[in-house]
Amino acid sequence: MSEALLETRALRKSFGALTATDNVSIDLHPGEIHAIIGPNGAGKSTLIAQICGGLKPDSGSVHLLGRDVTQDSTQARARAGLGRTFQISALAMEDSVLENVVLGALGASGNPWRFWSRALSDTSLTAKAEAALERVGLIEHRHTRCAELSHGQRRQLEVAVALTLSPRAFVMDEPMAGLGAEGSKLLTGFLDQLRAEAPILLVEHDMDAVFALADRISVLVYGKVIATGTVDEIRQSRAVREAYLGEEA
Amino acid sequence: MIPERLVNWIVFAGLLAFPLWAVVADEPFTITLVTRAVILAIAAVGLNIALGIGGLVSLGHAVFFGLGGYAMGILAYHAQTYTSLDLFGMSLSGTKSMPIIWLVAVVVSALAAWIIGLLSLRTSGVYFIMITLAFGQMFYYFAISWGTYGGEDGLSIYVRNGFPGLNTLVPIQFFGLCFALLGIVLFLNARLQSAPFGLALNAARQVPTRVETVGLNPTRLKLVAFVISGAITGLAGALFADLNRFVSPTMFSWQLSGELIVLIIIGGVGRLYGPVIGACLFVALEHWLGAVTEFWHVYLGLILLAIVLFARGGIIGLLTGKEGAYV
Repeated sequence: MSEALLETRALRKSFGALTATDNVSIDLHPGEIHAIIGPNGAGKSTLIAQICGGLKPDSGSVHLLGRDVTQDSTQARARAGLGRTFQISALAMEDSVLENVVLGALGASGNPWRFWSRALSDTSLTAKAEAALERVGLIEHRHTRCAELSHGQRRQLEVAVALTLSPRAFVMDEPMAGLGAEGSKLLTGFLDQLRAEAPILLVEHDMDAVFALADRISVLVYGKVIATGTVDEIRQSRAVREAYLGEEA
Repeated sequence: MIPERLVNWIVFAGLLAFPLWAVVADEPFTITLVTRAVILAIAAVGLNIALGIGGLVSLGHAVFFGLGGYAMGILAYHAQTYTSLDLFGMSLSGTKSMPIIWLVAVVVSALAAWIIGLLSLRTSGVYFIMITLAFGQMFYYFAISWGTYGGEDGLSIYVRNGFPGLNTLVPIQFFGLCFALLGIVLFLNARLQSAPFGLALNAARQVPTRVETVGLNPTRLKLVAFVISGAITGLAGALFADLNRFVSPTMFSWQLSGELIVLIIIGGVGRLYGPVIGACLFVALEHWLGAVTEFWHVYLGLILLAIVLFARGGIIGLLTGKEGAYV
């Protein structure tokens, strides 16, 4: 197998007596979608935060493109090629759709210290931003205020902002959350294409989407990875059924 | 609803026309009054960059207003007493030249804003408000106890400082200078707001986590905004001192910091002309209501209450139908 683009090694994090992340080692290879599933409180968000830089682990390490980034800030990891979408949309609600995506392009350019030129007249920024909007199907809404977008459109915009960074690896925290059947289907189709560009570490509750998309699934329960495998392996795993799928099956 | 651009032009033109009328009608005091409004507007435009775009509720902007004032006071004091200003082992002479005074005011305020910002921006929310307030009080009490420059009594400057080619003692000429500076500051603000920096700063106020995940540092953006903001308010301080030909510790008072915030809220938070409209209304109320009752602040309070409750976009918001920036 090719070398992992994103990897955690023996990650551990506790809050007092609660071990939220317990010896988690997962990796993400080029071209794949690796889904992380687990019941509420399994420590998925804590794990994501450690991968993206919001939380520092107690021990263990995070590697991005073969480099140890455990001590790096969120910004540094983003610049190194980590693209992230949030569970609860983190968008500038007062700004237009285009402005939100231009922010991503500005981040990719690495130079916000321009006080004179107009951001929305800078074609190096807007071209990239509009290309990303085109891809997620929001180009017609580019002048809409973000606050006026539907929930599903905000999810699309989240992905568009991440796209502007041309990341080497995506981390997506429940991109399907709150989407209707139709929206979920559209986004599933889109992510399916996207994996060829950069692999996706996908935290998701929507089991249909996970089973449709994932190359590999890791099941997180009480902070521990209890199983990693293909969709079929996970479906058939007894431990997984008992711990998690049992509630639904 | 009126387009915001039109509102802006009407305010700008009105602010210019009123004193010109006063010249014709021979009402020099009116010119002084409008000049006061213009200077407060410059100070508030400065604060609006930190508050309205960057979301930094600074209750210590009087520090920069005061530093600008004392920059003028100290330089002019040494010039009028023909004494030398000894600083870091250098013996400097004072000056009565406005451009030099302005430059010193801007540089000193920017430097102070950088240091205060570095420390304050480690906190946010109510702690940020408190730490900026604490800095304000530090400067206030320092000025009170600084006997060399008048302490509590302040410093009087007998003759207004000069500007090449103008007689600044003529009210309309000094007004013209202040008005031109307001125009420049507004233009800079407009450019900055639509530039990449403004876009990033605006996002840093709304969703700092998003700004981080695109690889930018929200705190650094806010720090630069705070420095620019402080520098502009410092310039206004130097002008204010020149208008009154007097500097005193009250320029550092926290009431002044509060008033600057109040007039931004009245005008419209984050809107280019919000601070200008707020400053005009503030000075108008202070003058006319102040003549009727010494408790005119009650009415200012009622207006503020009405705006906060019913018109979050301030007066600009009422006129244009746009909401103010959410801080």
